[in-house]
Amino acid sequence: MLTRREALLGSVLTAAAVATIGAMPAAASAKEVAGLPRERITLVAPPFVHAHDQVAKDGPKVVEFTMTIEEKPVVIDADGTQLNAMTYNGSIPGPLMVVHEGDYLELTLINPDTNTLAHNIDFHAATGALGGGALTLVNPGEQATLRFKATRTGTFVYHCAPGGPMIPWHVVSGMSGAVMVLPRDGLRDDKGRPIRYDRIYYIGENDFYVPRDEQGKFKKYETAGDNYDDTVKVMRGLIPTHVVFNGKAGSLTGENAMKAKVGETVLIVHSQANRDTRPHLIGGHGDYVWEQGKFANPPAKDLETWFIRGGSAGSALYTFLQPGVYAYVNHNLIEAVELGATAHFMVDGTWNDDLMTQVEAPRAIATQ
Amino acid sequence: MSFNPIVALGSVAAAALIVMGATSAFDRFSSAGSFVASPELVTLAPGSFDHPQPGEFLGKGHPVAAPRILTTISAPLKIMKYQVSAAEYGRCVTAGRCKAADTLDSDNFPVTGVSHIDAEAYSAWLSAQTGATWRLPTDAEWAYAAGERFRGDIEGGTDDPNNPALRWLAQYRTEAALGRKSDPEPRVKEAFGVNSKGLADVAGNVWEWTSTCYVHATIAADGISTLSSIDNCGVHVVEGFHRTYMSNFIRDGKSGGCAVGTPPDNLGFRLVRERLNVVRAALRRLGFA
Ligand SMILES: [Cu+2]
Repeated sequence: MLTRREALLGSVLTAAAVATIGAMPAAASAKEVAGLPRERITLVAPPFVHAHDQVAKDGPKVVEFTMTIEEKPVVIDADGTQLNAMTYNGSIPGPLMVVHEGDYLELTLINPDTNTLAHNIDFHAATGALGGGALTLVNPGEQATLRFKATRTGTFVYHCAPGGPMIPWHVVSGMSGAVMVLPRDGLRDDKGRPIRYDRIYYIGENDFYVPRDEQGKFKKYETAGDNYDDTVKVMRGLIPTHVVFNGKAGSLTGENAMKAKVGETVLIVHSQANRDTRPHLIGGHGDYVWEQGKFANPPAKDLETWFIRGGSAGSALYTFLQPGVYAYVNHNLIEAVELGATAHFMVDGTWNDDLMTQVEAPRAIATQ
Repeated sequence: MSFNPIVALGSVAAAALIVMGATSAFDRFSSAGSFVASPELVTLAPGSFDHPQPGEFLGKGHPVAAPRILTTISAPLKIMKYQVSAAEYGRCVTAGRCKAADTLDSDNFPVTGVSHIDAEAYSAWLSAQTGATWRLPTDAEWAYAAGERFRGDIEGGTDDPNNPALRWLAQYRTEAALGRKSDPEPRVKEAFGVNSKGLADVAGNVWEWTSTCYVHATIAADGISTLSSIDNCGVHVVEGFHRTYMSNFIRDGKSGGCAVGTPPDNLGFRLVRERLNVVRAALRRLGFA
């Protein structure tokens, strides 16, 4: 938990922290970093992503972000079930931050005194100090600024990790998001040819563990602290009560379904900070999929379903070929349908009969 | 030495009856149920000692060792000789004023599996029952009473602004070198002996809540004076074999505790008693805060 030895969460993590010391890449001096151009980005709530260049126009820069942590109750399903959420910037998941390889990502993390808990941020894209967690622990009423160099390309999870049992509890209360580090010259296909996207959506998947009362009804708690004991018991069972996209069952359907047009190429970034998942686009494919999310590896082609390991973010690029409504699901269909992990794409355009045609509509079975 | 509520009431009840009217006073009196025996106390004479401050400290923007400050306990300190027992706590649970702890209800064992919130609830209930003010000790009071058994934070002792990892590694080595093994089974009263101040079971396998909030502070170049600080009273200082910091709602020290090899085995508490003036004491006994 909150100890002076915050950074030291156990031998495994410590070994990892130790291993990073010594392997120092050529380091820019503070003065050199101070001389870099700076860009200030205003984050937008998922599934949308702030405007960014796919191919970097200039040299490395310092990209500044600010996130304010909000502890607040949120409704996570159509029945009104309440989660005492902890959020980066008010959304579940936290916003996607996009930079280029060689840029410096500089985040100011604000924990207003209206909150009750200490929080921090562990960037899987960053190197050292438990992903920055050891340097960003902020009490209510504090803020901290962390800068790290984006040395590896890909999509990476970030999450809260304030020590010990606070870590999983904060993560399953909503505190995760993702960073995308693009190659300076943009994405490449499996043959090394440049590829671009017309739209990008960021889908964060969350598993929630809401305790139930004796009647089996979901319990409501005044504050996050009140639910801690009960929630940990549910968490230890490892069976989530909710598996949702964008913080709520049905939050990317209906009015909020994601939009695209036939012929448009869409990059879907999918993160899951805690638990494995297997995205699938019903009626479509993954043309190019970075399952592990890291752009230095060639993308896999033509996938039907891809696997996102808990604690990682993957990316899939797809050019829509048919109009219609597509379901984008976690293809454990129980989780998709019963627990909430379903999103929709509404795709406008002209039908391609060659790709599919209904030769005969359903009718009574023909007698011989 | 122990406080006898019956005697205390004998001398003060009259004042309260005048204030309240006799009938309602007796109603409150009888509904309060049986008297609670006052716990055995140790009285410590005032004194001063060098106290390493709890919390996280920055100097010039980098973590530094906590300042050691000469701290004075200016009045005699009355503190429980023993940690609050499971049976004592159980009476508060029976009265509907405390949440059941995660332990057996035995008189000879300290209560464990209690949060800061639980400890506060017990203090309030005991105060109402006895007519005295019972509260958690401050971190400084606990340290004073712990005497030779006080350890404080496990410090790395290394501050290099150019390499924060040196401090993390040093702290890890120091803590690992202490070699304390997990010892989760609460022991019978006094199993860990009595310290030089006369307190039993200090720094055994039950860590104790204090009333001191977790703090982030920036200290001046002298290494002593505080330039600015931010309290987080959602987290309190917990004392025992070593000092740690816990969110108020944590009841299980093993899973809720400090991160390295030696989390608190258990969370419990003991209280200090403040004496009130007689009229206030009577009002409190009769159910008025
Ligand atoms: Cu958090």
